[in-house]
Amino acid sequence: MCRRFTTVSRLLLLTAGLAGFQSTQAEYGINFPPPAADVAQEIYDIHMLTMRIATFLLLVVFSFIIYSLYFHRKSRGYQADQNFHNTWFGNWSWVIVPALVLGVDLTIASNADTVLKKVWDVPKDEKLMDVKVTGHQWWWEFDYLDHGIKVESRYIPEEKAGDLYLREVDNRLVLPTDTKIRFLHTSADVLHAFWVPELAFKKDAIPGYVTETWSEINREGVFRGQCAELCGTWHSRMPLVVESVSPEKFQEWVNEQQAIKVATAAEAASTKTWSKNELMTKGKALYETKCAACHQVTGLGLPPAFPPLNGSPIVNGPVEGHLNMVINGKPGTAMQAWGSLNDLEIAAIVTYERNTWDNKAGDTVQPTDVALAR
Amino acid sequence: MSYTNALHDEAHHHDNPTGWRRWLFSTNHKDIGTLYLLFALTMLFMGGASAMLIRAELFQPGIQLLDPDLYNNLVTNHALLMIFGAVMPAAAGLANWMIPLMIGAPDMALPRMNNLSFWILPAAGTMLILSFVVPFFPGGGSQINTGWTLYPPLSVQVGMSMDFLIFAIHLLGISSVLASINIIVTLLNMRAPGMTLMQMPIFCWTWLVTAFLLILVVPVLAGGVTMLLFDRHFGTSFFDAAGGGDPVLFQHLFWFFGHPEVYVLLLPSIGVLSHIIPTFARKPLFGYKSMVGAMIAVGTIGMVVWAHHQYTIGMSLGAVSYFMIGTIIISIPVGLMIFNFIATMWRGAMTFETPMLFAVAIILMFTFGGLSGVMLAVVPADMQYHDSMFVVAHFHYVLMPGAVFGLFAGVFYWLPKWTGHMYDERLGKIFFWINVTGFNLTFFPQHFLGLAGMPRRIIDYNVMFTEFNAISSVGAMIFGFSHLLLLYIIIKTIRGGEPATNRVWEGAKGLEWEVASPPPFHTWETPPLIRQEQTS
Repeated sequence: MCRRFTTVSRLLLLTAGLAGFQSTQAEYGINFPPPAADVAQEIYDIHMLTMRIATFLLLVVFSFIIYSLYFHRKSRGYQADQNFHNTWFGNWSWVIVPALVLGVDLTIASNADTVLKKVWDVPKDEKLMDVKVTGHQWWWEFDYLDHGIKVESRYIPEEKAGDLYLREVDNRLVLPTDTKIRFLHTSADVLHAFWVPELAFKKDAIPGYVTETWSEINREGVFRGQCAELCGTWHSRMPLVVESVSPEKFQEWVNEQQAIKVATAAEAASTKTWSKNELMTKGKALYETKCAACHQVTGLGLPPAFPPLNGSPIVNGPVEGHLNMVINGKPGTAMQAWGSLNDLEIAAIVTYERNTWDNKAGDTVQPTDVALAR
Repeated sequence: MSYTNALHDEAHHHDNPTGWRRWLFSTNHKDIGTLYLLFALTMLFMGGASAMLIRAELFQPGIQLLDPDLYNNLVTNHALLMIFGAVMPAAAGLANWMIPLMIGAPDMALPRMNNLSFWILPAAGTMLILSFVVPFFPGGGSQINTGWTLYPPLSVQVGMSMDFLIFAIHLLGISSVLASINIIVTLLNMRAPGMTLMQMPIFCWTWLVTAFLLILVVPVLAGGVTMLLFDRHFGTSFFDAAGGGDPVLFQHLFWFFGHPEVYVLLLPSIGVLSHIIPTFARKPLFGYKSMVGAMIAVGTIGMVVWAHHQYTIGMSLGAVSYFMIGTIIISIPVGLMIFNFIATMWRGAMTFETPMLFAVAIILMFTFGGLSGVMLAVVPADMQYHDSMFVVAHFHYVLMPGAVFGLFAGVFYWLPKWTGHMYDERLGKIFFWINVTGFNLTFFPQHFLGLAGMPRRIIDYNVMFTEFNAISSVGAMIFGFSHLLLLYIIIKTIRGGEPATNRVWEGAKGLEWEVASPPPFHTWETPPLIRQEQTS
């Protein structure tokens, strides 16, 4: 009996906690975080509704069972009613019970269907801000299609992130409030899923598909989520952080990003010959953000899935082979094509890989070499 | 009559084989049932060990014991070992032992095929374990890091261990289909004269439905993984968008199998409960006919709601609405089953031996798991729950009580019949309380983790999830180690104990209780006479 009562009391606590005390929820982290969009609020409400119905039904069922367990036992001298299944109730319960359950089902389903219609399809005939979200092993890429900006978002190592480890990224997904935003989800390699609970939508990122969700964020703040679909080794290291700001601040941020983009493009387009030191410095930074997740900062990789680059025959072989691997990737493995990086970035990474750790190729690769190799 | 006589004569040619030949060449349903159960017990411990390693890793944030691929490999293997290695063979073991005894048949209809369907299993189990072990050898490729769902494109990246796994699934599937054919043929042809289908014990009914489900869905899984094999090695692109294929197609094929599979795991245990509760409530099962109707309805509707496992793939509004309503509708037959169990207890004269304790706990916890299932069926809310720890908590609350505890209850219920000895009731009750407490401690907190935002299948998590994970891991250790006590009780009962009477339990009804405990090597060589009170 003891365990049964604790189960009930825990459930009561849970119900009370969820129904009454909004403030304690956040503290203990036992329910959804407070929604930051109308879509999320709708979903939160339907969640609470079904949970309350479920809890109520559970209490009803438990009460009958506990009553029966207490009174209908042999040790109390209770005589079994051998004809209970032949009473009118026994003969008609197969109609009564399904009818009752159907009533509950219809209540839940009709409410759910109403919410579903509101949140499922992206509003049509309206101007929406488009953000393309591409999942990669193991980072996110955000394309602001209306603004021509691209943001790469990666997890931050524990030393730097502290208590926010696995819930903080280097570049956040910055979004304006009070703007209808359409997210277009796709993937560059395997399945991923975009999940920021406050925005209330989870959608799979599937290679070859573009799926969509939408939201209109109603307050400023930082909202954290994670990749929700198993995507291989570092599935746990794909945090998603949304920073919502006022439309004015968002415009400032966009201008800033566009300026950076222009500067980077100018640098890459310059015909100057880069010194080995310059390339090594740039290459180290780029390697550690883009390559180290698999091949590790030490270059030792995680064999057999991620081969070491230190002492690798490709890295120490001819430059053409090395460039080909980086630009085109290796189909059927986790090594993706990095051709979307600009010539300077690839040149820096390749130069770095060829001249660090125990690798002593000694050569430098210039952006012009990369352009030729494409 | 001539049919039973023929079997009778044949049985004498094989009488009393000894040593390893008795087991390897066995065509006796009792011996094969025992083999199935022992195989399942072995796999239960292997699957359990992998689960405990997973929980040990998740005890604290950070990566302490395992590397990420090994963690994912364990996640994959835990599921496959438990589903295909432990639960399905254990249910098949119960079927082999009990169905011929219950329907008054001398043996299964196809005894040699029975032998084959069991002896494929050790080969399949070996392949399954090899798929786990191979990556640790030089040149063994990468580990299976996909989870048991094996979704491409990730499963195409995995090394040769995936091929071992695909062949293991083929073998397991062949074994299941053969066993299902055997059970259907036995139930339809070998019932004692006078026993109509609607007089058949409920356990037989649950297996009839289960066997049909298996025959319908296992080939679909076999086809799906074969296409995966072709994508991996023979240059096809069934699941590769770049070659005109569709990664989502695999998910549909997988869950077309995967969802009915849930009922394959559940129904035999529902059958066991339908015997245990009337026995210990000392009154007939409430609603025999509605029970049969409900399980047929569950099987039928269960075949057409598979995509509720994939709400997030971006289906159309119409499609998700259909799958949502279909899924919610399943609560009607399942609710009816639960109601019938409670009504059987109602106004009974209950006693609480270990099987009954498990039965009561199953009703309570399965109701809980079923209700969180209704929450998950609601599409908009599921867009939050999906792939979070909430789902992990939910399906353990349905599969553990719904399948595993039902099998435990069945083992305690029939162990005296099989061995001729009573198990130690005091130890049985101690096992029950530790086991069920450990279970709830493990999985109840995971609901909160999921709602607060912790995805499933991650090796490392943010400090905000620490408390509930720690509780869950402590629970998992209690739960895991409690099974050593189960093993001890079973061994102790096999080796000796108070002799069991034929009827064993005061309230037990049915043909299986009329043969001796333990039953002789061959039973019901002359079919029994069916009297009305023996059924129902």
